[in-house]
Amino acid sequence: MNTRSHYDVAIIGAGMSGLAAGIRLAHFGKKVCIFERHNAVGGLNSFYSIAGRKFDVGLHAMTNFVRPGVKGTPLTKLLRQLRIERDEFALCEQKQSRIAFGPRGETSLRFTNDFAVLEAEVAARFPAQIDGFRALTAAVRSYDDVSLDAQPISAREVVRRHLADPLLEDMLFCPLMYYGSATERDMEFGQFVIMFKALFLEGFARPFEGVRLVLRVLLEKYRAAGGERRMKCGVKQIVTREGRATALVLDSGEEITADHVISSIGAPETERLCRAGFTPDRSGLNPDLQVGRLSFVETITILNRQPAALGWGSDTIIFFNDAERFDYARPAGRVDPRSGVICLPNNFDFGPGRELSEGVFRVTCLANYDPWAALPEEAYRAEKARVFAEVQRSARRFLPAVDDATLADATLTTDMFTPRTITKFTGHFGGAIYGAPVKHRQGRTALSNLYLCGTDQGFLGIVGAMLSGISMANYHILQRG
Amino acid sequence: MTKDECKQVVLEIIADIAPDEDLSNVKPDVRLRDQLQLDSMDFLDIVMELRKRHSIEVPEKDYMQLASLDSCAEYLTPKFNALPAKS
Repeated sequence: MNTRSHYDVAIIGAGMSGLAAGIRLAHFGKKVCIFERHNAVGGLNSFYSIAGRKFDVGLHAMTNFVRPGVKGTPLTKLLRQLRIERDEFALCEQKQSRIAFGPRGETSLRFTNDFAVLEAEVAARFPAQIDGFRALTAAVRSYDDVSLDAQPISAREVVRRHLADPLLEDMLFCPLMYYGSATERDMEFGQFVIMFKALFLEGFARPFEGVRLVLRVLLEKYRAAGGERRMKCGVKQIVTREGRATALVLDSGEEITADHVISSIGAPETERLCRAGFTPDRSGLNPDLQVGRLSFVETITILNRQPAALGWGSDTIIFFNDAERFDYARPAGRVDPRSGVICLPNNFDFGPGRELSEGVFRVTCLANYDPWAALPEEAYRAEKARVFAEVQRSARRFLPAVDDATLADATLTTDMFTPRTITKFTGHFGGAIYGAPVKHRQGRTALSNLYLCGTDQGFLGIVGAMLSGISMANYHILQRG
Repeated sequence: MTKDECKQVVLEIIADIAPDEDLSNVKPDVRLRDQLQLDSMDFLDIVMELRKRHSIEVPEKDYMQLASLDSCAEYLTPKFNALPAKS
């Protein structure tokens, strides 16, 4: 015997997936502790304050929205498994979103939380493709996307069996890729199905207070169930012996032990904790440990008026592209402004007379980690300012025109994250928000009592992240008694 | 415990894990799956809540005994009555 802390389960990372796993385990009487390196929870979906103003990061919208009474979808499963009442999240629906392609968004497909809207838009813009689109939708609906041992197939190949127009194909892939794909240019079909359902067949919503409310609900459930949480307390090493994780060494040097360890920090990131001298595999020789190649920048502009006052009141999210073929890949330069995502969080339907106190205009574009990582501090700041302007200028082409002076006058402050910010605050190698390209559906690692959850287990989006934590806690620990 | 009380215990558990289901007209002789939207995750939760709240163990080979309220009562009532009396 020793005096070190011992837990039934230790969880690394207090993001959505780690918190969800923790709630399940604590609820069923396991002695659980979550170790989080930062002083804030949420991981990739969190918030921070600058000068008293709170900025949300990650979450644009909660995907997978279904109205009360619709059952058997990811959102319903999640609420049941975590014993969350629907009203606790108080979800407000999007107004409408758009996929806009062409230099000024000439080809546009609107979608809402009613799938019939997208179907009608496809029929109107791509009449020759509507039968194929319906057949594709049927294939998506009947696919078993929660199977933990499905064989990977190319989504591009499946989609091309149904659709002959590359423009429509790209327009459908654009939102699905931006909201969760860790692979370039193509997706695994199972991931495509999950995202198609999450965005198109289900939909977007958010609580009035945004991600903060989701995190508060999760924390309260976890605390009430008796879970422990240690903040500013990262794990720097996983001690292994005979194929098992035997102890965790914390940043402070303290050691703790646990029967089971669940890591939400990513597959190569977890491997590094197990093996001294491990460096991420950029060569691709060991595909299981590849680092994701996709990273992002996001510009955040805080406005002194609602976006509607600028004529930007109708769209909640806009997925845009003006390249001839949509190129979801690591850019050659620091950023690829040709495509991206605009989020106007004010444009959710918060109910009569209720609006966010300030306007928010966010734009996300693909970025390349390496050139950002190498910059000295002063040059980094200068590049941020330059790229901010480039990204915002590109995105504004897809919104009703507002002249520069008016936008400048409406702007209270701005901020921006880069691939470097992502690595600093989440620990993800390469600023890879969506993690490594190879997912580990069963969450297994080389160690018999160490499991993965979250991004690299491969359920996508914030609802997916929580379901990942739930599934791994159930599958590896609770079902075994 | 009577069989009716046992059914009540099971219904209370279902009400907590699936608050969005209407339990006012559950037929005791019809499979729960056929009248409520419960998936395998929900059935696992019924088993785990029985263990957590009532110290009743249901081994995996007996899960089919929980198919309907009647079969739950048949299977679980003797287990409840075999529990050591609470002091």
